Amino acid sequence: MEVFVQQVINGITIGSLYGLIAIGYTMVFGIIGMVNFAHGDVFMVSAFFALIFLLVLTSWFGIASMTLALILVMVVAMVLTGLLVWAIERIAYAPLRGSFRLAPLISAIGMSIVLSNFIQVAQGPRNKPIPPVTRDVYTLWEGASGYPVNISLKQIIIWVVTALLLAAFWYVVQKTALGRAQRACEQDRKMASLLGINVDRTISLTFVIGAALAAVAGTMFLMYYGVVVFSDGFTPGVKAFTAAVLGGIGSLPGAVLGGLLIGLIETLWGQYVSADYQNVAAFSILVIVLIFMPQGLLGRPEVEKV
Amino acid sequence: MSSVVKSKDRAGIDFGRALKDGVIIGIIAFALLGPLVGLKTDQNMANELILQNRLGLAAILSVIVGVGRFLLSAFVYPWIAARGNRSKAAVTLAELEARARVTRGLSITGLIFLFVYPILIISLFGVQGSIKWVDNYGVQILIYVMLGWGLNIVIGLAGLLDLGYVAFYAVGAYSYALLAINFHLSFWVLLPVAGILAAFWGIILGFPVLRLRGDYLAIVTLAFGEIIRLVLINWKDFSGGSAGISSIPKVTMFGIYSFDVSAPNNFAKAFHLAASSAYYKVFLYYLILLLALLTAFITIRLRRLPIGRAWEALREDEVACRSLGINTTNTKLTAFAIGAMFGGFAGSFFAARQGFVSPESFIFMESAVIVAIVVLGGMGSMIGVALAAVAMIGGTELLRELDFLKLVFGKDFNPDQYRMLLFGLAMVIIMVWKPRGFVSARQPTAFLFKRKTVSGDLVKEGHG
Repeated sequence: MEVFVQQVINGITIGSLYGLIAIGYTMVFGIIGMVNFAHGDVFMVSAFFALIFLLVLTSWFGIASMTLALILVMVVAMVLTGLLVWAIERIAYAPLRGSFRLAPLISAIGMSIVLSNFIQVAQGPRNKPIPPVTRDVYTLWEGASGYPVNISLKQIIIWVVTALLLAAFWYVVQKTALGRAQRACEQDRKMASLLGINVDRTISLTFVIGAALAAVAGTMFLMYYGVVVFSDGFTPGVKAFTAAVLGGIGSLPGAVLGGLLIGLIETLWGQYVSADYQNVAAFSILVIVLIFMPQGLLGRPEVEKV
Repeated sequence: MSSVVKSKDRAGIDFGRALKDGVIIGIIAFALLGPLVGLKTDQNMANELILQNRLGLAAILSVIVGVGRFLLSAFVYPWIAARGNRSKAAVTLAELEARARVTRGLSITGLIFLFVYPILIISLFGVQGSIKWVDNYGVQILIYVMLGWGLNIVIGLAGLLDLGYVAFYAVGAYSYALLAINFHLSFWVLLPVAGILAAFWGIILGFPVLRLRGDYLAIVTLAFGEIIRLVLINWKDFSGGSAGISSIPKVTMFGIYSFDVSAPNNFAKAFHLAASSAYYKVFLYYLILLLALLTAFITIRLRRLPIGRAWEALREDEVACRSLGINTTNTKLTAFAIGAMFGGFAGSFFAARQGFVSPESFIFMESAVIVAIVVLGGMGSMIGVALAAVAMIGGTELLRELDFLKLVFGKDFNPDQYRMLLFGLAMVIIMVWKPRGFVSARQPTAFLFKRKTVSGDLVKEGHG
């Protein structure tokens, strides 16, 4: 029982990160029907931005307060990752609107290769460990067998930040002009442009918002695991995409739900079935969901039009 | 700032605008490159990360990017715009046919060259000196040509984006490795077996997923490729885990001559030649050349069959295909299985050539490289795929040779690192610049009265 609760806590933590990344996939897919394959690597690059600025703050400016450092790092990572994705979108995706259907996907695969290899060349192929940001751990209760159920401060930070961010994000999508424009573009791009919405700009901003959320996930990933390497984008990227598909691609609450489910399934599978086949479980879920339930949990079934 | 050419009048070059573009892009580049390139994280003796200041390098790179953008805005875009207005109307049917003739001439010359290549190399560099050129360039490139042609059936003809092709390559390689070691069967028995097993896996994997739309299919095939790799890593009793399988038997010359040094019927001994691994490499070269040509031949013949036409129809418009009574599931499945079969052939050849297989050889990047080759080659064009394989694989092999770059960039410069980076960049640039690839002509296999070549740009692909 204690083990189970502990694993649920861990699963929700990882799931929150997957959910944040998944939003980027699902929004982009919703608005232009494209799988942004490079999103996982954007997440990885954002973790590197965070790493570098954490080092700048601690070693150059000598900031001792980790809370302040984390907040600053997160903001900088969001801004720079947003800028990066804006540039990527302008260079690699925008010219391909209206081209044949696989072109943006292939371009995105190319971008994903470029990003991970660029980081490998620029920052070196080794693991980048940082000293733990915080070591605080709270024991919730101790089981009869003496096995304690712990929750660390890092996990609490991840939960709180994710919740706050999702609230802010929900506000943007539901209540602001930008969110309205996004939803309009998602329903009918041509009509939206006839009604005076700058579709191009809205699409770019969608990419940027997704990237900013991924940057938060990247910062917290770095904080939680304390290490990042250039190849860290691929697996979380595919898992987050699985989360988006599981929740119903195009659906924002679905992405978060899917992320949490994937996180839970993964950790519980690792605990009770086989740690070796943990990633196989995540990939299998992707395959099974796509085959038997392509619309996902909260998505709308897709109607194919001629 | 938009890289899309605006349709406004470009009579004069707007230097002010171009300058502004260049400066802004340069600043953005510095904002991004500054941290990523300028501040390199390194571990010091105490295993702590420290920052190494390279902001100067980042600044130089940013200036290059900015100047590049300035030149693009000032000269290249106006030039493209001016040229685009003229050349759109100028492409005639005759011109396209002439281009097709050039392609045909090119492929015949290329074929002759491929057959005499090892002889040429041996006469130039001697028997021992030929190993590098025959093995690293010849065999290596031809493996990718074959993989590209195999995947071309799936992506280029049937229009199904398969990101897990390397899984079938792995199935072929492991089939040969395991069966040859455990049952002592020869390569020539196991080659068809490996192909059949790979095709079988193609059907198993393809059957449930082929109802999916293009990008979903791409992701599911990717997931399958990863699952197979992860199983190979973790199922240690079966595959040897990440340590792989070593001492896989070599190919024999149809059982008559062996290339094992200790065998009594050793090829070099039988002909009283000096012992050298070069003969084996030349033999492998001709073997993979024939396998690749087999792939090409079968593809060309299949395209003339109803099934091949159905593939191409499927690529162009799946809904129309279905409404005309084509069984899309079977059509997709055959494309998938035949593509997988050639992947399996190539895989068993790979295992025999390396003498060693491990899951490391079958990572997603490998799939991405093959997809890149097919895409850059123009999805459907055989010669385009071959040229792309030569350019990409040969080009990146050449990177290793460029020692003079070390003089320019310093001793630590390792051109090999930039291989995948260049690959990715090429993928993006080709997609943006020529979404149809290098050779993008469409030659219909069925035609009325006379053969017409259609530029790929004129064909609109539907959902598939």
